[in-house]
Amino acid sequence: MNTHATTRIVGAPVPRKEGVDKLVGRACYVDDMKREGMWYGATVRSTIPRGLIRSIAFDRRIEWSEFTVVTAADIPGENIIQLIVADQPCLADGKVNHCEEPILLLAHPDKHKLREALGGVKIEYDALPPVFTIEESEQQDQIVWGADNLLKSFLLEKGDVDSAWAGAGHIVEGEYRTGAQEHLYIENQGIIAEYSAEDGVTVWGSLQCPYYVFKALRGVFDLPDEKVRVIQTETGGAFGGKEDYPSILASHAALLAKKSGHPVKMVYDRMEDLAATTKRHPARVRHRTALDKDGKLLAIEIHLDTDGGAYATLSSTVLSRATLHSTGPYLCPNVRVRAQSWATNHVPYGAFRGFGAPQAVFAMERHMDEIAATLDMDPVELRRKNFLHDGDTNATEQLMREPIILDKLLDRALQASAYHAKCAQFARENELNPIKRGMGIAAFYHGSGFTGSGELYLNSLAGVDVTPESKVRVLVSNTEFGQGTNTILTQIASEALGIEYSDVTMAAPDTDMVPNSGPTVASRTSMVVGRLIERACLQLISRLREQAGLGATHTREEFLAACERYRVAHGEVSSMCRYEAPPDIYWDDQKYHGEAYGAYAWAIYVAQVAVDTVTYSAEVENFWAVQEVGRVLHPVLAAGQIEGGIAQGIGYALYEKVVLDGGRMTNNQMTNYIMPTAEDVPPIHVYFEEVPFRYGGFGAKGLGELPHDGPAPAILNAIRDATGVSFNSIPLLPEDLYAGLAASHPVEEPALP
Amino acid sequence: MRGNAEMHELVAPGSLGAVLDLLAAEPGQWTPIAGGTELMVAFSAGRLNAHKLVNLWGIPDLRTIEVTPHSVAMGAAATFLDLRRHTVINAEFPLLARAASWIGSVANQSRATLGGNLANGSPAADSSPALLAYDAEIEMISVRGRHKVPYSEFHSGYKQNVLAADELLYAIHLPRRFARHRQYLRKVGTRRAMAIAKVALGATALLEQGVIREIRLGAASLAPYPMRLKQTETALLGQALTRETVLAARRALIAEVQPIDDIRSTAEYRRRVAVNLLEEFLLELRREGSRL
Amino acid sequence: MNANEKADTNAHWPAIRFTVNGESRTVNVPPMKRLLDVLREDLHLTGTKEGCGEGECGSCSVRMNDELVNSCLVPVLQAEGAEIQTVEGLALEGELDPLQEAFLQNGGAQCGICTPGMLMAAAQLLAHRPHPSETEIREGLAGNLCRCTGFTRIVASVAAAARSTESNPAMEPELEQTHHAR
Repeated sequence: MNTHATTRIVGAPVPRKEGVDKLVGRACYVDDMKREGMWYGATVRSTIPRGLIRSIAFDRRIEWSEFTVVTAADIPGENIIQLIVADQPCLADGKVNHCEEPILLLAHPDKHKLREALGGVKIEYDALPPVFTIEESEQQDQIVWGADNLLKSFLLEKGDVDSAWAGAGHIVEGEYRTGAQEHLYIENQGIIAEYSAEDGVTVWGSLQCPYYVFKALRGVFDLPDEKVRVIQTETGGAFGGKEDYPSILASHAALLAKKSGHPVKMVYDRMEDLAATTKRHPARVRHRTALDKDGKLLAIEIHLDTDGGAYATLSSTVLSRATLHSTGPYLCPNVRVRAQSWATNHVPYGAFRGFGAPQAVFAMERHMDEIAATLDMDPVELRRKNFLHDGDTNATEQLMREPIILDKLLDRALQASAYHAKCAQFARENELNPIKRGMGIAAFYHGSGFTGSGELYLNSLAGVDVTPESKVRVLVSNTEFGQGTNTILTQIASEALGIEYSDVTMAAPDTDMVPNSGPTVASRTSMVVGRLIERACLQLISRLREQAGLGATHTREEFLAACERYRVAHGEVSSMCRYEAPPDIYWDDQKYHGEAYGAYAWAIYVAQVAVDTVTYSAEVENFWAVQEVGRVLHPVLAAGQIEGGIAQGIGYALYEKVVLDGGRMTNNQMTNYIMPTAEDVPPIHVYFEEVPFRYGGFGAKGLGELPHDGPAPAILNAIRDATGVSFNSIPLLPEDLYAGLAASHPVEEPALP
Repeated sequence: MRGNAEMHELVAPGSLGAVLDLLAAEPGQWTPIAGGTELMVAFSAGRLNAHKLVNLWGIPDLRTIEVTPHSVAMGAAATFLDLRRHTVINAEFPLLARAASWIGSVANQSRATLGGNLANGSPAADSSPALLAYDAEIEMISVRGRHKVPYSEFHSGYKQNVLAADELLYAIHLPRRFARHRQYLRKVGTRRAMAIAKVALGATALLEQGVIREIRLGAASLAPYPMRLKQTETALLGQALTRETVLAARRALIAEVQPIDDIRSTAEYRRRVAVNLLEEFLLELRREGSRL
Repeated sequence: MNANEKADTNAHWPAIRFTVNGESRTVNVPPMKRLLDVLREDLHLTGTKEGCGEGECGSCSVRMNDELVNSCLVPVLQAEGAEIQTVEGLALEGELDPLQEAFLQNGGAQCGICTPGMLMAAAQLLAHRPHPSETEIREGLAGNLCRCTGFTRIVASVAAAARSTESNPAMEPELEQTHHAR
């Protein structure tokens, strides 16, 4: 273990690696690219949620010979998008299971002719009854997936829940619901594909996980590894939305490229992107909790159900993370979580920052306030009384070996937000004010990296090399899409190699150039990949010391000279490392028992909310976020991640509603899907406490997803504090607030005395 | 991008006269385009049905704001930024200046025009409640000449108005006589900026010796087009602001508005918030009355 | 053959002239073609981005005759004779301007896709209000959606840029900095 007592570059606010390119308009996103002889591609999609395709007709007024038309019959390999379960076709073949399901692809050199031709494909269906809700799916009257509509289920048990109820001082029950959420990355999904017999498939695109796309293309085209190449272009936001979907779009563009003999660009417009691509899983979470008379948790029983949409995609892993975060950062001797993900005829739901945790944390943290209200306790003290401490075990009976500083985080949050003073002040002022203010709190933790044995399965490989031009490069498949991958990994490498930040660059995110260091998801880049890079660099230094005469201390010139000596002797200068699990970890994937995550990030968030009783709108006026994320590698980037996640969390709580009608998103425009603007996001105060994690890159844990978990429950708890009314569903729009606040007062009665 | 520029003709005859000649020559064939904040959205979405468009952007006669002793005449192609920057409008017609500041964002306000907002005729039009509250008049122009109608008579149905096929909006006139009026405007959207009104209410009223001598209420998103709440006004006119008056006004408002459920909100919410806004205004009015 | 490529050389369409980043340009394209597409396709200035195509996100913001406009909503005919500034016109001879420098130092850009439009909106704001309040900054940027930053660091960047051109640097920082502790 490295103690990292002092660092020169790690922890410093160095400029973002690709920052200048982005600021001068030079950064090249996929839609900024052109290839010689390039055509454009478009998708003919299902207009119904479920049914059999009876016929496909082509309008005779269109000169189809100018077009390339691809159907499922043109797929050289398997008509499956390889992910976790082999159930999702690349193109629908005979039947459709959701609106917007891709059926047929068109390509043409002229975008406008392509657009006209889309309307010239007429598909007739024999409709089948669709399933749209968790309730309909679990009813199993219509089986729309597998034998029972059940995409995945988990059962997590600790202690003996059934025996706990009898001796309980209090039993509190609640049901909580969360809606779908759109990523709304500002750059829509896009891919350019090329195909040749010699080189196979090459794609460029806006994506998070080059090797996921690689795997999907290999299956769809039945090609060996060396004939598939995936290159990430500059990516304009992702948030999980470009984890799985690009595999579909890349397959489509590549099929058109192969058949047309031209490079093909497919870039969705906003309406298509909103309607057809993945969203966050809607969830229903039921809690039943036993406490002793003093408010100590005795038993937690949770039924957590998600709508997975028409295909399995990532529903199982999202459900897993939801399950593992559902009981919060609390000590409870008896726990049972039964989690199920149900198939419906919605567009498949997918990865989104937090990956199931925001749904589970919303329920748990809203429920904690309901418990506090039932017990007539201060919600802060209820939480404090039940916090996990070092040496405790959580719901999976994972022993908490690392220091836990929840009490310190809580104290800091209370102090920074003047929580108690404000609660008292608002309680006084609210009576006479049509604007009701309140304070709300949420406590939560978020596991870093893949769940359980996931990181071992990933078996990530990453490293650094030094080119003959003396360029030091970080070799990873982890991608930059705003969160700062390029910057932190080059910080880590330059720090560990003892050279300057400007000496290190990122190798192109190209599967021909970089090894598979795993996907860029799950808050794993800083902690897991960062550690691999740190190890690879230290390994290189020790090799240079042993074999190339590098001294015990060195300058950058001495380092580069040693690299050249090493090159002369060994041919190339590179150092690669494979993932190694921390010692003593144990995970049972069947029983959901053991070390669920290598490390957890911890947080206390506080929201100050104002509810206008004239318009029934709630606004977040101020927000405090206190967290412990291990070592902070870059203070500006880290705070930017937290602030951005909180803004998305505010949208999740109060603004963003996916309006579905008959399985279709009907508000698929930015003017109707409302995300918060600069005027809606309040001042956000970010505080870090640092407890370096010995197995993370320079002590880092994950932080990318954490900030999305806390805002929604903190905000709805603040609304309860402000109004005295409990709202247990998000998004909570003014229409919903109206229903809760005003429905009991008939409209005919004036408030005017 | 679903529109095809090659499928749409766009001409710029240059002068106002030349535009009017074109409209007269082929009445109903040409769609005027000014700041493009509505038509270009439809174009991008591939649902712009107009194939012949005539440009109004950059015609100076349509963008002037003229102040005379008794009125302010705003050219139909004056942008909302023009209105926000105008000292007389800011001083005497603050509701309109405020409404202008609520239109989309700066990049929309620099292009969206007052005439475009009215001609488009969205039920949620941001400028309408203020214009109705200020008793605006609309002046139209064609080769046949100019004429005016009260703004409250301009809209004739959902996205319909009284403009003839060869006519353009020329100017919007505001009488300069609201210095003593209590003025109110509130727009309720889902977020602070870049919002479409789910409900909006504009109001001006004159209170003398505790009695309402004059009142105008303009509403958006409560009917198929922006409308004056005439029945509610009637319930208030000549009345003292007692509990009974307020009750009657609320009843009148509920009876006369026709809000709908749509993708942005519900009829019930809109109705209730409209009532709350009215009451908020009347409360302010009464508070002021008690100070006099 | 691509319609847009055809338009480039086709005298069938009238010539439309305007200035971009100080250079006179002439295009022969359909008059209804969006200024955004003319910039990106005909003039190869791809710094200006399309996010929504409906004037909602501001990614395509450019400055036209000293006003901020969404270039997706401007038919190029209406740009005849105009002076247009895009993100490519901010850095003179490779030197970042103070606004770009402030975004770089303060974390104002994350994924970068909203950044060109955001910079244009900020430049427009500062041109008319060299020392804006936080409220004015938020209003000036409200039409430019950023999904990464939560706007905090963008607002801080604009405030920092305003301070960097402040003749009297004694002005207090307007935004609280991140709190950091061991």
